[in-house]
Amino acid sequence: MSNLRKTADALEKAMNAVFTFCGFLAVAFVLVITAFLVISGVPAIGEIGIWDFLFGRVWASTAAEPRYGILPFILTSVYGTAGAIVIGVPVGLMCAVYLAKMSGGKSAGIVRTAVDLLSGIPSVVYGLLGMIIIVPLVREIFNLPDGANLFSAIIVLAVMILPSVISVSETAIKAVPKEYEEASLALGATKTETVFKVIVPAAKSGILTAVVLGIGRAIGEAMAVMMVSGNVANMPSLFQSVRFLTTAVASEMSYSSGLQRQALFSIALVLFVFILIINLILNLVVKRGGKNE
Amino acid sequence: MNSGISKRRRVEIAVLNALVYICAGLVCLMLLGIIGYILVRGVPHITLGLLTSKPSLINGTTGILPNILNTLYIIAATLVIVLPIGVGAAVYLNEYARNRRVVRIIELATETLSGIPSIIYGLVGLLIFVQFFSLGTSLIAGALTLVIMTLPTVIKTTQESLKTVPNGYREGALGLGAGKWHMIRTTVLPSAIDGIVTGCILSIGRIVGESAALLFTAGMASEILGIWESVMPGKAGSTLTVALYVYAKERGEFDIAFSIAAILLILTLIINLAAKLAAKKLRRKES
Repeated sequence: MSNLRKTADALEKAMNAVFTFCGFLAVAFVLVITAFLVISGVPAIGEIGIWDFLFGRVWASTAAEPRYGILPFILTSVYGTAGAIVIGVPVGLMCAVYLAKMSGGKSAGIVRTAVDLLSGIPSVVYGLLGMIIIVPLVREIFNLPDGANLFSAIIVLAVMILPSVISVSETAIKAVPKEYEEASLALGATKTETVFKVIVPAAKSGILTAVVLGIGRAIGEAMAVMMVSGNVANMPSLFQSVRFLTTAVASEMSYSSGLQRQALFSIALVLFVFILIINLILNLVVKRGGKNE
Repeated sequence: MNSGISKRRRVEIAVLNALVYICAGLVCLMLLGIIGYILVRGVPHITLGLLTSKPSLINGTTGILPNILNTLYIIAATLVIVLPIGVGAAVYLNEYARNRRVVRIIELATETLSGIPSIIYGLVGLLIFVQFFSLGTSLIAGALTLVIMTLPTVIKTTQESLKTVPNGYREGALGLGAGKWHMIRTTVLPSAIDGIVTGCILSIGRIVGESAALLFTAGMASEILGIWESVMPGKAGSTLTVALYVYAKERGEFDIAFSIAAILLILTLIINLAAKLAAKKLRRKES
């Protein structure tokens, strides 16, 4: 009996250890990822000089006298993301309002299915469509020699962030207490006025979360953007071929070596820092939103 | 009834209403347009030959069989590794962890993991699995990279499902003299199976759609690999998404690219439907 007890106890202890191990594995992964990115990203920054690296305006990694300035990539990522947000968030917010407040059961179901499906479409498929539809269209409309530019990338990114913006905003709008709506209606505001002047402002921290999530998705997108942005290391301008932080890493990785390769890891490190900052903001927004409720 | 409303207000309301309906309609139209366009351009090129052969210059064939197989291999390998870890982590968070701060740290870590873009996973996978563990550019390196990427999804869905298991089940099992592990194995996990299934489906969706993380870890080769070969170090292979990218961007073969896109789209539809069904089942249990 006592022997049985002992093996049972040992098993319990072992399983406890196994589960604890699994639990902490996620933490370990984050630490390992950070460590690897820092270790492989810092040397090149040191060699190039942090100022020249971050604020250098010229990226010429394969030139006889290579220059490694990533300001064009940083600015492209920032502008591209901002553009995607400016186009995607209003559309997404309107769509969320529709889903949360203005639709009957069946039509909401259709729109919601559409949103779900849009979020499931692989990013290379968006890239392919961008290449075949949007790039030629942009070239025709704006009469450009090449349609693969920042503008096309912004359009594709705006579509790609829609699903997450819509679903997070919808949740936020639905979480607004019913009393707000009732009070506003009782005071004589119409349904639409109530939605836009009472409910949406009340849901603003949740909507802000949606915006920050959208920023995170847009800044991290690589493949689709690579296929439509032209991939030339220019300083960003709306109708010029550009390179994002993500595509800078992806496009040269396969044939790079030496300092060039190390510099690519440094770019990844910069991107990682951006993402961490966005995560931090997200946590602060979510926490503050939680306190308000 | 609205006669008391000023003209300005009425215009404003009409404009806002119109915008809401236009945007909702736009999203639906966009989806219909995307699906329609891809199917029209892709489906006519899907032939039996395309599905059952590999690209070969000598025979003059183009085929995506290797890519289909590689996608299946990577899904299987990733799930086999990520499920035990993810479910284990969720069990730890929900059943074992006592310290609230520890739970918070682990949740913060999973949130961070789910926010990292896939191109960074690709690079880290290259550094860790391809180079540090010298697995070479290989399917297994790709799968291991995807394990880290899909871990947050599995943890989250399992955790949510574990939370819906009534405490009475646990108390009942413990009261009958079961040890904690025995209780979890026989009572808690079986009741949480639908959450685990949902996690699986969502992970499959992410794996099928993933490309940036696989470009530098699993490579771009298109050779047919056997099941055991596929988990060996150094055996590279491209999944459907990576193949789509290569065909469209580097070779300009859009017919094949669109037929792969059509296949991916159909897979996405199926996965989405499956996820919906699983979620419905989960909700029924909750209520």
